[in-house]
Amino acid sequence: MGFKNYILVCGGTGCESSRSDLIYRTLIDEAKAQGVADQVQVIKTGCFGFCEQGPIVKILPEDSFYVKVKPEDAKELIAEHVIKGREVTRLLYNKTPKKPLEEVEDIQFYQKQLRVVLRNCGVIDPEDINDYIANDGYVALEKALFEMTPDDIIEEVKKSGLRGRGGAGFPTWMKWNFTKQAEGEEKYVVCNADEGDPGAYMDRSTLEGDPHSVLEAMTICGKAIGAHQGFIYIRAEYPLAIHRLEVAMKQSREMGLLGKDILGSGFDYDIEIRLGAGAFVCGEETALLQSIEGHRGMPQPRPPFPATKGLWGKPTVINNVETWANIPVIIAKGGDEFAKVGTTDSRGTKVFALTGKICNSGLVEVPMGTTLREIVFDIGGGIAGGHKFKAVQTGGPSGGVITEENLDTPIDFGGLQRIGSMMGSGGMIVMDDTDCIVDVAKFYLEFTLDESCGKCFPCRIGGKSLHNILDKITIGKGTEEDLEELRQISHAMQKGSLCALGQTAPNPVLSTLRYFPEEYEAHIKDKKCPAGKCKKLIRYTIDPSKCIGCTACSRKCPVGAISGELKKPHSINQSACIKCGVCRQTCKFSAISVE
Amino acid sequence: MAQNLFSDELLGFINEWKDKPGNLIMVLHRVQGEVGYISREAADEVSRLLDVPLSTIWGVVTFYHFFKLNKPGKYNIQVCLGTACYLKGGDIIVDELGKLKGLEVDGLTEDGKFSLEAVRCVGCCGLAPVMTISGEVFGKVTKDQIPGILDKFE
Repeated sequence: MGFKNYILVCGGTGCESSRSDLIYRTLIDEAKAQGVADQVQVIKTGCFGFCEQGPIVKILPEDSFYVKVKPEDAKELIAEHVIKGREVTRLLYNKTPKKPLEEVEDIQFYQKQLRVVLRNCGVIDPEDINDYIANDGYVALEKALFEMTPDDIIEEVKKSGLRGRGGAGFPTWMKWNFTKQAEGEEKYVVCNADEGDPGAYMDRSTLEGDPHSVLEAMTICGKAIGAHQGFIYIRAEYPLAIHRLEVAMKQSREMGLLGKDILGSGFDYDIEIRLGAGAFVCGEETALLQSIEGHRGMPQPRPPFPATKGLWGKPTVINNVETWANIPVIIAKGGDEFAKVGTTDSRGTKVFALTGKICNSGLVEVPMGTTLREIVFDIGGGIAGGHKFKAVQTGGPSGGVITEENLDTPIDFGGLQRIGSMMGSGGMIVMDDTDCIVDVAKFYLEFTLDESCGKCFPCRIGGKSLHNILDKITIGKGTEEDLEELRQISHAMQKGSLCALGQTAPNPVLSTLRYFPEEYEAHIKDKKCPAGKCKKLIRYTIDPSKCIGCTACSRKCPVGAISGELKKPHSINQSACIKCGVCRQTCKFSAISVE
Repeated sequence: MAQNLFSDELLGFINEWKDKPGNLIMVLHRVQGEVGYISREAADEVSRLLDVPLSTIWGVVTFYHFFKLNKPGKYNIQVCLGTACYLKGGDIIVDELGKLKGLEVDGLTEDGKFSLEAVRCVGCCGLAPVMTISGEVFGKVTKDQIPGILDKFE
């Protein structure tokens, strides 16, 4: 028997941290208490993507999209929506009852999106394999096992034009083909789920919302290259994703979709989870393999590439989570169908984690070739708090900034490279006019410095030198010569480092130097930070014509640097001021300015 | 000593993984899960049980950020300093914890109740800035909310 209503509660990490689990349990309890437990099914799904508005609850069949739901709202949702059939308007995203035929896709955040990788996130219960199967799950595996030869599978992936979503964009079919052709009885399949790029969380959400898609894809690859064992290397910092993978693997084994003689085809294949331990460099494939083998994650020289000599010296395919999640669609619907979306350079879609100073932060999936302007302004809703757009940073610590002038560049692997950034794993961090570009470059260098494994010196010493110079600039001690030195060290690192971490670590510096030379100049020549961020270069002052002497700022100042009589203009003792900015936040009359 | 240091369950796990290649990191995760950190005694014990040199274990433990060498507080606070949280003021949370509890990054309060760690991206950038206390995630944290959040764990 079907249910009258299906209630989907977001169970992604973002919403879980806003007590979505309690909402889920309260909805079940309320349905029981109000006597409609047999009419509704409450399902905990993966991420809806619209994290800004979480926790999110969606009720079917009406497709009502409730946002910022609290556990206390469960009672009303059951009483009003389920029992009386009336939407709870105050919780709806647009606060007005829906017109007939209006759908969730009409919300602007979703309008330009196309969900292929995230097709099941927010739709199915990730802890129930039957839900996945009901949504065409394991159709591709069945096809691959019974109707296709290994060469057919690789041919299909070739037709799709799929390029690796981990950052470098290497054609996936070539990796598979090299590994298939490599000599050796034993071969391995590895899933790179070591999502270390700060500001990117699409892999986490995919695993949390749709773990079976990755298991299915890895099994298909196993058949294509002749491997019988897969490993998922996942960050230990992602406990929920690990849990859901474990549940999914157990259910798959019980159903004969993993293990010995899968679906009676005679093909044996199993998957094991290996935990990462918080080292960014382990996202680099040779370092990742070292880590699975239990060693320190030090990158190794290539060649030999993992396709010929990988895990324990055996031929190995390594793809990242998002790449894997595309595979079942390609096999089930055909590579040609998949290739219809995107650009000539890059086929299909890409998931971005849109964060920073943006109105609608969240996970967005768009066809390749969508412009940054569409993502930032149409989907993301523009800059929060009335500030001005400054730049978008893509590609994380290996990428660069993109400014206003390039906002209309269609996004694909080649397009981003031409404007000095890179796709990376898909973090997209929006910055406004209060973010200092030198400070941001320093932030990324601090990160790569910390994460450098220390094996080769261009990265180890070059990174430190870059950081020292940037630090000097942010405290007002930079010189003109420093800029040239930044460039020289950067080029040396690009040429001399062994792995991608060192080769790309200078990118944030080079890209910010290219697009914001005037901001570096301001720090060096005028000793000023235009964004008002670098504490050594700014001063807070009180405008006597605006100050009414309410004393609010002097009471809040943590170091007692503000003095003045009641109802008379106050002033700041610059030598005592620690530039924390509390006074400026406190002032109701905009009398305090920073420069 | 082994009986006191590791539970039977942990010893069982180590035994099960003893002959698997690449077992060291998986075993260290379990050890930290039970003991809370990798103490010198725990490392000695793992060295003996897996027959791996202590230097190799120490090399691995110090390479990976996830493994801790010091005993954490009863409640471990993690403040995210990933890019999104950094831009939205993750460092303000660190400063405020310093003021309220005298905590420094990688430090411990005198009563052993709270320890503080700076972490890189916990993967909920939509909620930036984020802090977690003993696994519970707090998003969009403002300076004023911090005392109230800490009170829950007093």
